[in-house]
Amino acid sequence: MPSIPASAEPRLRVRGLDVAFHPKDGVPVFAVQGVDLDVAAGEVLAVVGESGAGKSSIGHAFMDLVDPPGRVRADIMALDGEPLRYGSGGHVRGRDVSVIFQDPLTSLNPLFTVEQQLVHMVRHHLRLDRRAARERAVEMLDEVGIPDPTRRVKQYPHQFSGGMRQRVVIALALACRPRVVIADEPTSALDVSVQAQILDLIRKLGHEQRMATLLITHDMGAVAQIADRVAVMRGGRIVETGAVAEVLRRPKAPYSRALIAAVPPTDHRIDRFRVPDVAVHASSGDLDAWLRAGGAEAGGDDALVRLEGVTKRFALSPGLFGRGGRILTAVDDVSLTIGRGEILGLVGESGSGKSTLAQIVAGLHRPSTGAVAFAGRTFDATTSASALRAYRSGLQMVFQDPYSSLNRRLSVRAIVGEPIRTLGLADGPSAEARIVAALLERVGLPADALHRHPHAFSGGQRQRIAIARALAARPRFLLCDEPTSALDVSIQAQILNLLKDLRDDLGLTMLFITHDLAVVRQMCDRIGVMRGGRLVELAPSEQLFRAPAQPYTRELLSLLPDLAGLDAAQPTG
Amino acid sequence: MSGAAVARTPSLWRQFRRSARAIFGAVVALTFVLGALLAPWVAPHDPFTLGSFNLMDSELPPAFMPGGDARFLLGTDSQGRDVLSAILYGMRVSLTVGFAAVLLSAAFGTVVGLVAGFRRGWVDALLMRVADVILSFPTILIALLVAGIARGFIPMEARADAALWVLIFAIAINEWVQYARTVRGQTMVESDLDYVKAARITGVREGRILTRHILPNVLGPVLVIATINLALAVLAEATLSFLGVGMPPTQPSLGTLIRIGNENLFSGIWWVVVFPAAALVLLVLSVNLVGDWLRDALNPRLG
Repeated sequence: MPSIPASAEPRLRVRGLDVAFHPKDGVPVFAVQGVDLDVAAGEVLAVVGESGAGKSSIGHAFMDLVDPPGRVRADIMALDGEPLRYGSGGHVRGRDVSVIFQDPLTSLNPLFTVEQQLVHMVRHHLRLDRRAARERAVEMLDEVGIPDPTRRVKQYPHQFSGGMRQRVVIALALACRPRVVIADEPTSALDVSVQAQILDLIRKLGHEQRMATLLITHDMGAVAQIADRVAVMRGGRIVETGAVAEVLRRPKAPYSRALIAAVPPTDHRIDRFRVPDVAVHASSGDLDAWLRAGGAEAGGDDALVRLEGVTKRFALSPGLFGRGGRILTAVDDVSLTIGRGEILGLVGESGSGKSTLAQIVAGLHRPSTGAVAFAGRTFDATTSASALRAYRSGLQMVFQDPYSSLNRRLSVRAIVGEPIRTLGLADGPSAEARIVAALLERVGLPADALHRHPHAFSGGQRQRIAIARALAARPRFLLCDEPTSALDVSIQAQILNLLKDLRDDLGLTMLFITHDLAVVRQMCDRIGVMRGGRLVELAPSEQLFRAPAQPYTRELLSLLPDLAGLDAAQPTG
Repeated sequence: MSGAAVARTPSLWRQFRRSARAIFGAVVALTFVLGALLAPWVAPHDPFTLGSFNLMDSELPPAFMPGGDARFLLGTDSQGRDVLSAILYGMRVSLTVGFAAVLLSAAFGTVVGLVAGFRRGWVDALLMRVADVILSFPTILIALLVAGIARGFIPMEARADAALWVLIFAIAINEWVQYARTVRGQTMVESDLDYVKAARITGVREGRILTRHILPNVLGPVLVIATINLALAVLAEATLSFLGVGMPPTQPSLGTLIRIGNENLFSGIWWVVVFPAAALVLLVLSVNLVGDWLRDALNPRLG
């Protein structure tokens, strides 16, 4: 641990912070209640918790960004011993306290070059002249590790990759040498391979410039990597604070214990994901019999799904007559088979073609060349619309974003009932209603969910609705495209357990797509690694993790944040 | 990912009650619509039965002016017809044309937009080029063209009866384009969302995906355009009638009344033209106020 003089006044001191939302009628809702925090200069304090725990509201309170009807109240909120106060004569937002937001795409103005944005910021706050400000802009880009800063400073945000863009955001946040920086989920919009670099950068700059850094995150890996101390939040209150190694290894509060246990281990396989609030799903015999009724089939070979040389090309910027444009090969000559009852994982960074491949298998995109065979029916570039309909029967998909995957105008009853009605799987509306109710119970939703609309549910509940809808089609093959990446760790564990149970109880075959290596290890029998549209390696899970054959696989695996080997991952500095 | 409660948009009714503009517009528009609907019962006189009015009463000024008659609140025209009653009946014709044109164009435009946005490819290209061609003509020119062509086809004796339908068609043929473009854009956005993919994987037929899934999600903007276009359609009808290609004097609309009144303007009986014109302006203004409010309330992004 870097030593922090306990006696010195911390850079940021907070006592009894409340953020409350006062509705016109009724009792106020506390997003944050009675929070005490100290952050020393050069220290990184991580605030962790699930969504709704109030961690972002703390950041908003420091930045004075809480909108009415929200109100901020604190016994003490002090920056270097002075009360934190914005407005004339007080502190300056952006200069004294700065923030790094989650999504680098929306926190930069697309209409201005990086230089214009940096120069504006620096001139406004530090009162430098134009030339000095320009020099400072180049200096900042250099500091955040952007190569060739004199050239790149003239570029627009869209000319930077996601990771580079987040570096620009950091440069912008730190340009005025703030005393406190709030990093609100700074890496959750980024690929795994750049997450580690960005976190290191935040840590390094925080140290060098003696800033107090508040890292708001739900990612325990990020906490283990760069934080000095951690505060665990639940329901607006801090349940535990302590040194990172202490809290992650020997959490005292029951809630932190549950939260940390829910993080899938990366070093070994477990049978089930541990869940903070254990939900028991009674598997109803009637429903399972109904679900299995579609699965009776002739033996045939062992592979349920077979991909042969599947390639997908997209024309980018087509020429005047649709020719001569650039071609993007999203999926490049992929061949693989998925056995009955197998869960096959596909991993890779964004843009590696794994989602496109899933959509081809689902029959949503036609392969340019090659073919997919599912349960004896093939799908290729020439398959007719009616043959495609036949091909799709028996497969279903669970999508990444539970917000766009449910029609907001329909009730849960209508959403889950649609496949049953479309495929004629029930005799009449009352039988259909019974099946829908049983399905909702099976995925762990309350009985009164039936007549509500999607907006009444949380992300995790919506994903359960989506799974119930997929099951309603009585599928034998389930495609899961990042089904948990929009969800909190504890919810993720519940959803993954549900999927595992479904495989065990119903013999469902699954193609499981994710960028989360820890999840894929726990879920899948075999794992395929994709890069640039190609399948670079395909091996049984344990073998892939123990002895990866390809250099790229090794590179991916080395990026796994390691909770168990915390001593090795201890930040230096 | 934040603990802050997301502010839910208040219900449409609560937003409505807070907007003075919207309340004013709605009250005025509703009064006009009711007056037009109930014209046979609320109008003090029957402006169509020639025997019911007397030349002795002709060119009387409004009741509140010297020489006015309490029986004729807004005065009479050169034939002794009550101006107020003529306005109420004229409003009936104007609003019929307006509502019918809006219904026709909204229905047609929505279907075109749904198909173009969902099918894409050459279907989309073809439909949208047709739309572009129509947009490149001034509205009034196409309407005049349609009215002119219709005159050539329809026999003399049927013209008066057909005038209403010709007008509705002439106005609708211009206005569907706006619905089609908006619906097409929205349809493209919606059909890329995962819930549509989920329905396609399940094997839900295209027609059903369009009507059950996409249509309800694109109707918000349609409602906004329809409200604003109602005012435009009423204006277009008035313009055409004023130019003499719209409603005949036997079935006067507001536009016809203004045209007839305009001929008498210099003989000093200003009330014959000013009151119908004022009614038209108020009607269009109030409908526009409601439309603007609806646009802000439902979809702040819509131009």
